[in-house]
Amino acid sequence: MRIGVVTFPGSCDDRDARAAVASMGADPVALWHGDGDLRGVEAVVLPGGFSYGDYLRCGAIARFSPVMRAVAAFARAGGPVLGICNGFQVLCEAGLLPGALLRNAGLRFVCREVEVVVESTSTAWTSACQAGSSLVIPVKHGEGRYVHPDPPALAAAGQVAFCYAPGHNPNGSLADIAGVTNPAGNVVGLMPHPEHAVDPLLGPVGGRGLFESVLATAARV
Amino acid sequence: MSSLVAGLHRQLGLTDEELERILSVLGREPSRAELAMYSLMWSEHCSYKSSKVHLRRLPSEGARVLQGPGENAGVVDLGDGVAAVFKIESHNHPSFVEPFQGAATGVGGIIRDILAMGARPAASLNSLRFGDPAEPLQRRLLEGVVAGIGHYGNCVGVATVGGEVVFDPSYAGNPLVNALTVGFMPAERRLSGRAGRPGDLAVLMGAETGRDGIGGASVLASASFEEGDDAKRPNVQVGDPFQEKLLIEACLELVERGLLRGLQDLGAAGISCAVAEVAARAGMGMEVDLDAVPLREPSMEAWEVLVSESQERMLALVDPARLEDVLEVCRRWGVLASVLGGMTEGGSVRVRFRGELVAEVPAASLADEGPVYSRPLVPPPAPAEAGVPLDAEVAEAVLAMTADPTCASKRWVWEQYDRFVGHGTVAGPGGDAAVLRVPGTDRAVALATDGNGRHAALDPAAGAALAVAEAARNVACTGARPIAVTNCLNFASPERPEVMGAFAAAVDGMADACRALGLPVTGGNVSFYNQSSGRPIHPTPIVGVLGLLEGAATAVPAGFPRPGLDVWLLGETRVELGGSVWQRLATGRLEGRPPALDLAAEARLHRLLEALAVRRLPAGAHDLSEGGLAVALVEATLAAGVGATVDLPPVLAPAAHDGPAAGVPADLPSQQMPLAALASESASRALLAAPPEAAGELEDLAEEAAVPARRLGTTGGDRLVVPGLLDLPLSRLRDAYEGALPRALGELA
Repeated sequence: MRIGVVTFPGSCDDRDARAAVASMGADPVALWHGDGDLRGVEAVVLPGGFSYGDYLRCGAIARFSPVMRAVAAFARAGGPVLGICNGFQVLCEAGLLPGALLRNAGLRFVCREVEVVVESTSTAWTSACQAGSSLVIPVKHGEGRYVHPDPPALAAAGQVAFCYAPGHNPNGSLADIAGVTNPAGNVVGLMPHPEHAVDPLLGPVGGRGLFESVLATAARV
Repeated sequence: MSSLVAGLHRQLGLTDEELERILSVLGREPSRAELAMYSLMWSEHCSYKSSKVHLRRLPSEGARVLQGPGENAGVVDLGDGVAAVFKIESHNHPSFVEPFQGAATGVGGIIRDILAMGARPAASLNSLRFGDPAEPLQRRLLEGVVAGIGHYGNCVGVATVGGEVVFDPSYAGNPLVNALTVGFMPAERRLSGRAGRPGDLAVLMGAETGRDGIGGASVLASASFEEGDDAKRPNVQVGDPFQEKLLIEACLELVERGLLRGLQDLGAAGISCAVAEVAARAGMGMEVDLDAVPLREPSMEAWEVLVSESQERMLALVDPARLEDVLEVCRRWGVLASVLGGMTEGGSVRVRFRGELVAEVPAASLADEGPVYSRPLVPPPAPAEAGVPLDAEVAEAVLAMTADPTCASKRWVWEQYDRFVGHGTVAGPGGDAAVLRVPGTDRAVALATDGNGRHAALDPAAGAALAVAEAARNVACTGARPIAVTNCLNFASPERPEVMGAFAAAVDGMADACRALGLPVTGGNVSFYNQSSGRPIHPTPIVGVLGLLEGAATAVPAGFPRPGLDVWLLGETRVELGGSVWQRLATGRLEGRPPALDLAAEARLHRLLEALAVRRLPAGAHDLSEGGLAVALVEATLAAGVGATVDLPPVLAPAAHDGPAAGVPADLPSQQMPLAALASESASRALLAAPPEAAGELEDLAEEAAVPARRLGTTGGDRLVVPGLLDLPLSRLRDAYEGALPRALGELA
């Protein structure tokens, strides 16, 4: 399976995401922010980092890049898209996911391993996970406090993909929400970094399930 | 060229004698631009004029050394065709004046040093020193420095994986911010400023040049702080990590595609320094056209453009045939690039600005032929003996040391740093040493920084040697073989003979330790004038040690990973409390002798730790240092939340400084033994946790290595127990250990 990883100016985890894709047995494809062409990939990852320096507002400039027009069209056509951290912020800014991400409640950047509970397995990126299972995945962000006008409605609609386990909310996110999905389930964004949690040499491997899910989706098609 | 304003050289930090020297080099009066260039290049910070004569005594040769001191960073061969590039540098003065930007640009600067060698910067460590964190000023400095390091490192995607933070009143008026970065590259890549041929173009890449950081190296880094130094804030550079990230990626693409002849970072003294160093190293000259420099402020004068320390800039040497390709890569990454000039025959740097020749100086006179001083020095006094009370209640003493901010957890600090980016962090902050996978191989490097200013204040030579030993021991605890050193020597004014005496002694102590442990010094930095209103800091030699693990998967974790393991203590415990944490807590004083260091014993311990790790005998390890066995046991049990029940080791008399002594100290009452065993900071010791079935082999190997090994007890349960003396639940220890720093900062009741 060919999985594209977008590099914006200021992306930091694009290399990590490509390495994670490769370690899961898929083919990573580097996508450039200035290209409107997704090079025939079957899934897209928007990685973490500080696109365009996160000046103005996190993800606010990246959404206007040529590649995002192609990603939006790909997403509308049902293509699997995963936004990690800054990628999640970009997807919210682009209107592909509901809600927004604000400055952490503690006002500081926070980097730690947290437990994340899988709330929905009806998405392209969680279908191989077990509902209610707990994954250990690192977070690292200064602006990861998820807000939404009506979290219960979001949950009722099955759009909450991940929650922080009790006591693990690192940023004051409403209803402990760590990641959300679009109604169709093909677009998922989360603040934790699954690409940093795939190699047992480096720590817990709670991120593998997300990549296994999208690989399984491809296998079914 | 205009004649000089009388006395301008003094404002720029040059002495009358140095001005005389400039006049004799040029055979005429310098222009304002030339004077500015010399003032920066001959500053203490850039020229090492007071330290050079001493630094030559440090060993720098070794089989693995591909590049020793004198380049932007040291390079060591890791095998399998990969090299590590690493260096430590100070940004102390800027961080005091403006903590956030000062620390941030310190990180940015050391990252560019690694980049200039052609390596991808992979990870950073920071060695930080502050006064009492409970004081408002120190809290502001700590918060600013940590936020600045995090901001820069996180945004450029270079993991921050370790280091240390120490709190001591000696740093209250002059904090220390030393940043170490390591990068990796193919071993055959030998990009350096040394390259270049006549006709090669010098391409200035990166940010626009502004008025920030003018005189940073001379006004800030080469003078002491006095009252009212807020006026120096404009001398601090302002960082833009986003620009640096683009610059890193553009430079690496240029390097990987073989489009460059050479690469040089712009740091202290800006364009002046980069141009002079590149030309001097190549034995050539350079034509420089300052009109090609993109300016943030069009009204800047030539001398300002020459010495501005605006961040995020690099100088590339390019074959004219490759220029278009180079500019295309820069355009793609959104990095400004312009042709600043070209390499020429002869050794002259000629600078033009708005049609005028504003400077014409021999490159070597700027870069290599500055003044060298053998400053007067007074050797440090021999340390005297001093007793430390050891009759405190044991549990209270253990808790007090655990909750001392210097010993306690630095989670508050390192949780603000991205330690994951780069998919290589095998072990991050909080353990003995950071462990990083070497890209494209099964190997790993281990890195640690250390430096105990209290020990160095009592005996600079011993303190420097102990710093080398401890950093190397930290690395060895992971199972790695220590292979190379980088150092940052933080001292007060070199114009004070007692400071210079301490400096010279520290270099000697460091040289001895490096030789005995087989560790070449591949580069580093000297930071003088660390004093504030006449109060000097402790002499603080900081040592960064790089170690190599043949198998990343064999890295030994820090602490006790699971129950049912034997707890071993390697090395001997003596009554050695001079400069210790316990001495400070019990008496508030700093006196006596630092722990003796038997370098041969230290080397044997390192070899044993490596041999044990290769056989995969230890399940966990931990070095003993500040706070002695007490803090080591607390940290080891808290690492994975696994308790332990141990007996204390026997305590020997202090080692005589002319040779090892033995026997139980006759003058130590037996009821004081427990605290002596727990709080003593004797060198060359480590804790191990190993499965019981490994005991025989472990003992045999230790005996073979002539390292004393004693089984203290076993891991398990949720308490730290010394039967009859100490019984504390881990929850209480965790509260003391994790809560200390947030409490000192007023964030936790």
